[in-house]
Amino acid sequence: MLKYKLVVKEDCATCQLAIPVFRQLSLECKLDIYSQDNPEFPPELDVIDDLALEKSWALNIETVPTIIKYDDGQEIGRAYGWDRTEWEDLTGCSFPAELPDFRPGCGSKTMDPGMPEKLAVKFDLGNLRARQVQVADEEDDIEACFDRGWSDGLPVVPPTGIRVVRMLTGTHRDPQEVVGDVPPDYAECTIEKIAINAVLAGCKPEYLPVVITAVEAALQDEFCMHGLLATTYFSGPMVLVNGPISRAIGMNSKGNALGQGNRANATIGRALQLVIRNVGGGRPGGVDRAVFGNPGKYTYCFAEDEMNSCWDSLAVEKGFSAQQSTVTLFAADGMQGIVDQKSREPESLARTFAAGLRVVSHPKMVMAADAFLVVSPEHERVFRQANWSKQQLKDRLNELLLIPGEELVVGAGGIAEGVPQKLKDMPLPKFRDGGLNIVRAGGSAGLFSAIIGGWGATGKMGSIPVTREIVV
Amino acid sequence: MSTTFMDPTSELSPETREPLKRPSSLEGLTVGLLDISKARGDVFIDRIEDLLGQRGIKTRRYKKPTFTRIAPVELKQQIATECDVVVESLAD
Repeated sequence: MLKYKLVVKEDCATCQLAIPVFRQLSLECKLDIYSQDNPEFPPELDVIDDLALEKSWALNIETVPTIIKYDDGQEIGRAYGWDRTEWEDLTGCSFPAELPDFRPGCGSKTMDPGMPEKLAVKFDLGNLRARQVQVADEEDDIEACFDRGWSDGLPVVPPTGIRVVRMLTGTHRDPQEVVGDVPPDYAECTIEKIAINAVLAGCKPEYLPVVITAVEAALQDEFCMHGLLATTYFSGPMVLVNGPISRAIGMNSKGNALGQGNRANATIGRALQLVIRNVGGGRPGGVDRAVFGNPGKYTYCFAEDEMNSCWDSLAVEKGFSAQQSTVTLFAADGMQGIVDQKSREPESLARTFAAGLRVVSHPKMVMAADAFLVVSPEHERVFRQANWSKQQLKDRLNELLLIPGEELVVGAGGIAEGVPQKLKDMPLPKFRDGGLNIVRAGGSAGLFSAIIGGWGATGKMGSIPVTREIVV
Repeated sequence: MSTTFMDPTSELSPETREPLKRPSSLEGLTVGLLDISKARGDVFIDRIEDLLGQRGIKTRRYKKPTFTRIAPVELKQQIATECDVVVESLAD
């Protein structure tokens, strides 16, 4: 059965113009009329008062007039503004010839400045499903979060309903969509739970799609998040962002990119860790058995410096286009600094890098940890000027890091650590195939680069980096 | 009136926070005995110290400078680092 809903406001020239259309529709069709500013408008018709904008909000009205067509309760079409052809096609009516064929509509009152957020708080709070935790007046809000074990050691932003509703405006996904089960408790994680932890972390709503994608990537089996959490090793998840969204949300890929000071970098990485802690139940002293951990377990997140680079970005290397935004998760240690202020030839600088990469985990350990080599712009310039692509550098590093077995075996160099004796006659690669990754980041003045070593367990035995596209 | 927060956890634990579990036995533990300086609180603590001593339980004595203020931070930290459980003589 066909039915229509019409949303109008008196303070709209097009709504005024279309009064004859509304009258005709009310006679010829089953029609509910909602007025956003005056229940007496349109005049002499049955009008439902929507001054509170509850119906307009629920119907997602952006422009007035809007007419929506329903068949057996399901929306099957809508038109907005006044467009004779569209309205006649939708309703099957013929409207007075003296009306102009087209007039643009006006903004719905739900779109007035500040209104979308106010209305989301007013009407959408009831859609949240998380348990509500009562906090007494006498409790300090920040202390209350510490007391309940929600913090990583630093203050968190108290997750009021209003803050969670605001955070959820950052995504189009359904808050009750289940993203996956978070280890170690394998607890179900919804978009809403991620949003609550994003609030705790201090994220802005526009960061939420990146956080969600980071959680999705972390829950991929090949990333091995459970093992990474439980390990006695140093590593934790590092979040590397590529693509337009990294610039749109103001991430730092330049000076101090691996350090503090940028809200997006700081809070996106933190939100992922808080999801593992709060939803997954993974905490130091519990399942997290790290001997040292590393400061990156508070947050480890930065963007690759892709613009005006002659090198392909990591995302492009992984098969995405430069226009796609991605998150790459890597099981990362802290950071090892590389200084080379004298090399101006690519071969010399590659040898510096190889010397640094040799000692990831241990100079005699091979085919264990992966690594990310973060090359600063001043170092990348050396390769650019010599026309070395990123792949050429990678290939040369892998050649330089083919190490004679006799240097690596147990006992070599007077060191008990090492590979079995039977391997002493073969050259062994430092990294497994594909284990070495290179990105450009960092400030523009400084002949330094950085090595971020990975977890000792890689490939099928452990974690491999996961790249996933960000969907807003 | 109270504030409401949205629970960021998996909700596998009850919302109400439980006090720390008491140990099932004092065997091998150090018991702090805290006199808050109320009248004859020391008499009570002396008796507890005596009874625990008879059972071979190790004790340490502490005293708040005054019952009119909360314990100084240094005293709280000292008790926390030196003891496993605390018995306090509260009232008159």
